[in-house]
Amino acid sequence: MTPHMLTKSLDRGATIFLAIVAACGILIPLSNLLLPAGSVLQVPTYLVALWGKYVCYAILALSIDLIWGYCGILSLGHGAFFALGGYAMGMYLMRQIGTRGVYGNPILPDFMVFLNYSKLPWYWYGFDMFWFAALMVLVAPGLLAFCFGWLAFRSRVTGVYLSIITQAMTYALLLAFFRNDFGFGGNNGLTDFKDILGFNVQAEGTRAALFALSCLALILSFLICRSVVSSKLGKVLIAIRDAESRSRFLGYRVESYKLFVFTLSACMAGVAGALYVPQVGIINPSEFAPGNSIEAVIWVAVGGRGTLIGAALGAVVVNYAKTFFTSGMLAPYWLFMLGALFILVTLLLPKGIVGTFNAWWESSKEKRAATSASAAAEDGVTEPKMAE
Amino acid sequence: MPTNLSARLSTFVLSLFLIAFALPALAGPFEEAVAKFANDDYSDTEEAIGVVASSGNKLAFPIISALQDGRLMADPDSKKVYVTGADGKSIDAATGEPVASVPDTASAVRLNNRLRRSVDAAIGSLTLQSPDVGTRLQAAQSVFKSHEETALEAVDGAFAKETNKSVKAALGEARAAILLFKSDATEVEKLEAVATLKARGDQEAMALLTGMGDQPASVTKAAASAIGSIQSSLAVWSTVQNAWYGLSLGSVLLLAAIGLAITFGVMGVINMAHGEMVMIGAYTTFVVQEVIRTRYPALFDYSLLIAVPLAFLVAGGIGVLIERSIIRFLYGRPLETLLATWGLSLVLQQAVRTMFGPTNREVGNPSWMSGAFELGQITITYNRLWILVFTLAVFAILLAMLRYTALGLEMRAVTQNRRMAASMGIATSRVDALTFGLGSGIAGIAGVALSQIDNVSPNLGQSYIIDSFMVVVFGGVGNLWGTLVGAFTLGIANKFLEPVAGAVLGKIAILVLIILFIQKRPRGLFALKGRAVEA
Repeated sequence: MTPHMLTKSLDRGATIFLAIVAACGILIPLSNLLLPAGSVLQVPTYLVALWGKYVCYAILALSIDLIWGYCGILSLGHGAFFALGGYAMGMYLMRQIGTRGVYGNPILPDFMVFLNYSKLPWYWYGFDMFWFAALMVLVAPGLLAFCFGWLAFRSRVTGVYLSIITQAMTYALLLAFFRNDFGFGGNNGLTDFKDILGFNVQAEGTRAALFALSCLALILSFLICRSVVSSKLGKVLIAIRDAESRSRFLGYRVESYKLFVFTLSACMAGVAGALYVPQVGIINPSEFAPGNSIEAVIWVAVGGRGTLIGAALGAVVVNYAKTFFTSGMLAPYWLFMLGALFILVTLLLPKGIVGTFNAWWESSKEKRAATSASAAAEDGVTEPKMAE
Repeated sequence: MPTNLSARLSTFVLSLFLIAFALPALAGPFEEAVAKFANDDYSDTEEAIGVVASSGNKLAFPIISALQDGRLMADPDSKKVYVTGADGKSIDAATGEPVASVPDTASAVRLNNRLRRSVDAAIGSLTLQSPDVGTRLQAAQSVFKSHEETALEAVDGAFAKETNKSVKAALGEARAAILLFKSDATEVEKLEAVATLKARGDQEAMALLTGMGDQPASVTKAAASAIGSIQSSLAVWSTVQNAWYGLSLGSVLLLAAIGLAITFGVMGVINMAHGEMVMIGAYTTFVVQEVIRTRYPALFDYSLLIAVPLAFLVAGGIGVLIERSIIRFLYGRPLETLLATWGLSLVLQQAVRTMFGPTNREVGNPSWMSGAFELGQITITYNRLWILVFTLAVFAILLAMLRYTALGLEMRAVTQNRRMAASMGIATSRVDALTFGLGSGIAGIAGVALSQIDNVSPNLGQSYIIDSFMVVVFGGVGNLWGTLVGAFTLGIANKFLEPVAGAVLGKIAILVLIILFIQKRPRGLFALKGRAVEA
């Protein structure tokens, strides 16, 4: 009876979440496009782009929650997968500029002309086709995660060691992408985008469509994560999180499970990055900075680790706060607040917003059940854990 | 009366004329040469430089150096030449008498590139006779670089008189350089010159030998073999140089990582705010130096000695505070500790940024830490050397502390088996606080040392944190020797990769190698054995 109640209540939470995301994904673009500018209900274009960014961050947070919340892998380098997806999309967008660049070269992007490249490097081939770029958005981060994870999990690098070497990975990529001769635009990254699939990236319609697409991607990512964690596979992941050695002794190939979920998560982060780039209009090496990856982890911690909804919520809340505080006169204090957020959430709110709310909801429901039920026998069969 | 007066006046005017006409006749070759500067003619100027430089007059050096700096003023009307000093006072170049002001018509004597070379050579030969050993050595080296034939006489003279060994060697080399390029030098002289340059054996000697132009066959052959031997000795020296740079980088890494090795090794706490403790140590040095500068300038050379204990106390105190207020609530949750200390690092950085501003702060080198000395073909700077010595001293003290003190014993007990140690009556929470304080304090004194070679800015710690973690992970947790070996291995590997792959690619290669290394030995080079590892 208890598991039934559990799935039922969770489904309600998930349904509400999905309904809200879907409503935003439909209503915000519609209001932006259809209502006259200046109307109270009209969402200005800059807000559409800003919220589109938040939705991409929410997908990134979901991908981190999938591995950290459900499998105990704390990656401090997930920003690298996000950025790789972004670069794959950015390369497609660069190829679409064509002769409209400053130097008017039909093949080479501006920065290559500037740096005296004579021809396109081989790894830029194929990025003039959208389907290839879209494939690379998944393949590039997925392949890196697969190779990295294969090496790391097979030799049982766990816990903080894994966290530190993921950080080293993104740091190494940061240094590499900063180099001009690496062929990805060096310091300045990729920017000055013109078209995506023939539509102007600056146009309101394109922005609204990208926002709707981001919301759709968030819904799909959420459904994928939900189906993974509620399947038998998900139960094994949770077992690995809570007792890795024991799961191994029970006969599960821990490294295969970890490798699967790590690669899946990296692909999701790549998609988030790919949607992020056309909305922000630039991708540069600073996305690889270790600080960004750690910040993404704190979104998950704030929202609630191992709740999925919480991860997405945390990403939106923290980034909204960041936009709010860094644009006003409180800007010098933002880092104090962010730092304090890291400390206070880990000390006082270890379950995050959603986790704490769930626990409170559950205990109050139990209380109600206990007061209404006359039989005292029910007290023993409580299952306090519902953070799934 | 009037006639008398007019007679006397005319006598006076006559005598004035006489003096005026007589003076050039009386003037020696030095004065004549000086007057030539006023002709504004390059060949006259060159002649004047030669005469003045070889005159032995005590005004020769001020004149030539003024000429070099554009402070030699010549008045084309009166043919008078003046040396203006940096302080605005001027003297007459011919007599050395002070003059009130230089006429407006005077302008600086102009030079072209050819003349500049002869000015350099003249200064070189003039300073060859200086009573100061350092000046003479410098002069000999500058003659070596210019190898002007005109300087040969001066070099020969100085060589005969020189008693200082190193100056004499430098003069010999200068002489060899001149002879090599002198067209009418004998073959024997040239062969000797080649041998001298071969003995010098550095890049400059090689450049002279490769660029010496047409020479007799025997000289060319000798030069070719000399170039070969210089190249191989240079290769050895460049290896030595890389090894030294590697040791130096390794000592910096060790210094930054050693505190982390303690907190991570003993307590299993990932302290992401470790770099900020280093930064706090560096800012403590800055404050100490500021106070000394404004109040007790005489103590400046001791500023680092004062800063070391203060930085230890400040950073250690903050460390204990952090442990008591944050970290002790997070034991057993290493990933959460990582996040909380990362947040703490943001707060500390921003706090320092608010207090001291976001820009770099000036921290000076005490006199005993600035400068460098030559060892064979490599230059060793004193600050790098002292940092290496300091690092090894800190390491030794720490090792002794862990080995021979009661606190060290308790720390090792807690590292090996926390619960057993608690059962034996060790107050583990007190040991934790002190250990964390110790680790942070050592980070603080690392900051004092790093303030000498790095920019003191709020981001100072950030640049070391990833490297420090790499060292600790590579060397293995819970073993200080592992940290030592890890730091020096990474430092030396980095410096040997740098010339091959470039600075950034070298660093990337190191990171990739560590990631691969972790696959083979997930617990580092020197892993703790036993059950403690599986905790």
